[in-house]
Amino acid sequence: MHDVATHDDSKGQYFWVWGGLLALTAVEVVLAYRQVFQPLRMLQILLVLSVIKSALIIAYFMHLKFERALMRWLLVISVSACFVIMYFFFFPDADRILRLGVK
Amino acid sequence: MADATLEHAAVQHDASGAYEAPLFGAYSKKVGMWLFLASDSLTFGALLFAFSYNRIYTVPWPTPFHAESIGNATIMTACLLSSSLTMVLGVFAAQRGDRAWTRNWLLATMAFGTAFIVLHAMEWSKLIAQGLTLPGFPQPASAATGELADISKNVPQFPQAFFGLTAMHMLHVTIGVIYLGVVALRKWFLPILGAIWIAGYFLIPADNVFHYGIHALLLGLIVASVILFLKPKDYDSHDVEVSGLYWHFVDLVWMFIFPLVYLMSTKVI
Repeated sequence: MHDVATHDDSKGQYFWVWGGLLALTAVEVVLAYRQVFQPLRMLQILLVLSVIKSALIIAYFMHLKFERALMRWLLVISVSACFVIMYFFFFPDADRILRLGVK
Repeated sequence: MADATLEHAAVQHDASGAYEAPLFGAYSKKVGMWLFLASDSLTFGALLFAFSYNRIYTVPWPTPFHAESIGNATIMTACLLSSSLTMVLGVFAAQRGDRAWTRNWLLATMAFGTAFIVLHAMEWSKLIAQGLTLPGFPQPASAATGELADISKNVPQFPQAFFGLTAMHMLHVTIGVIYLGVVALRKWFLPILGAIWIAGYFLIPADNVFHYGIHALLLGLIVASVILFLKPKDYDSHDVEVSGLYWHFVDLVWMFIFPLVYLMSTKVI
């Protein structure tokens, strides 16, 4: 769990995380602006990079990495499950409308 | 550490038999904020899924963001990421009991947050002036024709999704800056907020959307006043940490808005 001394001693890791987040953002911008990949592949890559960035923010900046395992897993699993449910509500229908050609 | 502190307090008050270790090993304010953030993530999740839904079934999806817009959004992203770092440093200072540096880091975080809001507002104003408006809203006379005016007419889903998602996020950032201001400066923050609201109202032109949007600060001023006068307190390191959780969440949401809304709508010339 939270230990103030441990956090203070390893303050440098937060600068590394910050640098990593800026670097990932730069990669995203370069990939998108140069349109290195087709749109669908680009979307997949950008989403993977966003998930990595959000995981870094949650784990380090929000300190979830240092919380008790019960809290960590309960939050991550419950929110992720809700997003999975949303996915199955939204995307098959969007794809259906696309295939039907509804304007 | 929190468990040990609670146990110690229970022994001091001779209530050791009544003590029960917290289920999540964290104080209640923090658990409450995490629960709020979990529910708020579903709000943003629904908006992002709705944006993606529109994007999938609308062919072709407009790609109006030129290099200037992407550059602006990249600087905004850097501002938010840097604000998260200063927020972490503020939490450390609070845990050390260093009040001066806690306030300084929180003010630095607020400065980055304010820079984000100002840059975003300038971009909104530019897009609206060029004709990107919501259905039913008047278009500027100077932008009756043009790329963005055509998008507003032919693909109304685009401005709806864009303004809906980014407005919700901008509102969260504004609330975050006010929240940090209350924690950092307490009652001293109220006249500052009031002055910004009045200055904004008189300085922003009447035909700009933020001439009315600035009234969000008045609402913030009222809520902050009620909190500060009805429950005055000296905010401790736990309060700073909880406010930090909210701030990092705002940063986290932008990590999805930036690629989905901006980068996937990039126009390459």
